[in-house]
Amino acid sequence: MSGLRYVYAVCRPLEAPLQVQLTGVAGAPAKPLHHHGLVAVVSEVPERDFAEEPLRAHLEDLDWLAATARAHQGVVDALTVVTTPLPLRLATVFRDDSGVRSMIEAREDHFRATLDRLEGRVEWGVKVYMEPERSEQPAPAAQPVPKAASGREYLRQRRQQTRASEDMWQKAETFATRLHGKLAAFAEDSRLHTPQNPALSGVEGRNVLNASYLVTRRASEKFVELVDRAKDDVPGLRVELTGPWAAYSFTGETPEEPGEPVGQDVPGEPEKPGEPGAREEPGKKA
Amino acid sequence: MTVVERREIALVDLLDRLLAGGVVITGDITLRIADVDLVRIDLNALISSVNAQVPSPFEHLEEQP
Repeated sequence: MSGLRYVYAVCRPLEAPLQVQLTGVAGAPAKPLHHHGLVAVVSEVPERDFAEEPLRAHLEDLDWLAATARAHQGVVDALTVVTTPLPLRLATVFRDDSGVRSMIEAREDHFRATLDRLEGRVEWGVKVYMEPERSEQPAPAAQPVPKAASGREYLRQRRQQTRASEDMWQKAETFATRLHGKLAAFAEDSRLHTPQNPALSGVEGRNVLNASYLVTRRASEKFVELVDRAKDDVPGLRVELTGPWAAYSFTGETPEEPGEPVGQDVPGEPEKPGEPGAREEPGKKA
Repeated sequence: MTVVERREIALVDLLDRLLAGGVVITGDITLRIADVDLVRIDLNALISSVNAQVPSPFEHLEEQP
């Protein structure tokens, strides 16, 4: 038994052939596996890297994860040119071809329904960032903040800074909420992702909206225009568009946490409701 | 404000979709369904460890007395 099977996506039988040189993760060619009128796009991966334990270890290696994610995306992306694929989550691995076939049999109704729902649709990603503060806080080198002459002066300066940040946050929240509302109304469906970690993205500014929108191919041009027009003139905010993606975020498997677009940590937000009577109230004051 | 379209896909954007989206075929670990071994892994730990590093947007506000 030579290798395991890595599955990228499930789709309808292709009308146009796959690119000959469709290279998957681990460098092996990705090929269609037909079963019950559906197609799983699979490639062979070595057991030494993709069996459960080595896979688990590899996934903690960001370089390995990045290479694998890009290869996965490469295959799914090529598929979106010729069909509407139903992408599988990263690193879905089966023992052999018959394992893949059994999986298709077990879920074919669901696959068909989802493929119908997604047919002719793509996903667009929209993110809003607050630019690193500069308008409200001059660079220290350019204009050094005068040393507070007194405690009162210091507090005044602090309050000013705080107010500027709050204002900016308010503006960003209002803008992001409005933009999301507009785009979500235009799109067929939308998902809010967790705002991105700047340490991981390496992108300047705080990510206040990170959303995906499901849009038909035909309406995509209009959608892009809509995003483009969002460049009102709210200074200090930046809008980023990615896509078109295969409908990763709309496979029906991620209904959890449709939180707010921005500010899960907004101060003054009501506490999460505690389970009544779940735990004892600690004494207020000893 | 500018709308930026970047050619190269950022890894974070990929991971938002490939690790949080896509069809999930099985649970988190190797499962045996009939004669089929399914291998799946749990990336939640990785993701949440990454998310845990996201600083609160209000750190600078919390500093004040």
